Amino acid sequence: MINGRCSACKYLRRKCPLDCIFSPYFPSNDPERFSCVHKIYGSSNVGKMLQQLPVHLRAAAADCLCYEARCRIQDPVYGCVGIISLLYQQIHSAENQLAETKAEIAVLAVNKNFQI
Amino acid sequence: MRSHEPRSSSSCAACKFLKRRCIPNCIFAPYFRSDEPKKFAKVHKVFGASNVSKILTEVPEEQREDTVNSLAYEAEARLRDPVYGCIGAIALLQRKMVELQFDLSIARARLARYTANYSSSPILNDRSSMTTLSEFPVACGVLIESFGQNSSELSQDGLMNDFSQFPYTF
Repeated sequence: MINGRCSACKYLRRKCPLDCIFSPYFPSNDPERFSCVHKIYGSSNVGKMLQQLPVHLRAAAADCLCYEARCRIQDPVYGCVGIISLLYQQIHSAENQLAETKAEIAVLAVNKNFQI
Repeated sequence: MRSHEPRSSSSCAACKFLKRRCIPNCIFAPYFRSDEPKKFAKVHKVFGASNVSKILTEVPEEQREDTVNSLAYEAEARLRDPVYGCIGAIALLQRKMVELQFDLSIARARLARYTANYSSSPILNDRSSMTTLSEFPVACGVLIESFGQNSSELSQDGLMNDFSQFPYTF
């Protein structure tokens, strides 16, 4: 942040230092982004998680934390694990459909061979 | 004189970790048994005890066990993959789903070619297997090329059907 504070420091009501760990990933024009991660993880945990990562991976981590936090706020019981569960169900269903379709093809192929 | 109130020998894992007395109506005790210390340690590391407590108090009691289990799953995923966490798993599953949809469309096209020659087959009269791919919700079909940082509202349907907010594909 060249001027002003990042949304994290605004939320936390503190000065935004030049080397603020949050400012590259929580710009002041998107306050909801930080408030979501703060609500679920807490600013201290988010700061620690980002600090532990190489700089080039922090943006990806911040994005994923935001997404997961929003999922958890929207669904406090399952969060994004609900999406994982749904995907597993859908994959299972698709695999069954594929197996059934292949079985039908196999039957028809055998019938066709017998008819030759 | 020191109180003779006995120390609880059955502190839950959370209170043991936090080094505090486990009170009778401890919110953590039913879900963080003392024989599973790592479960709370992981959840605490990612979310913090205070945040977990808040989340648990916000959900109905009958859903707290599921809540704790999903938090533990997320924490485990985040500790295993500090960058992508659960999102990495979601992206992989989405990719798998897209591959399956593709395989299914190929298989159904092939089946259609066979059935064109067998219009009287009893198998073909069963339309249940001839449903289109539209039966699969969009949730499993959308590959996202780029990530935008729009913070639009995500309804439950939005989470399932609108992966335009989804960070990454792998």
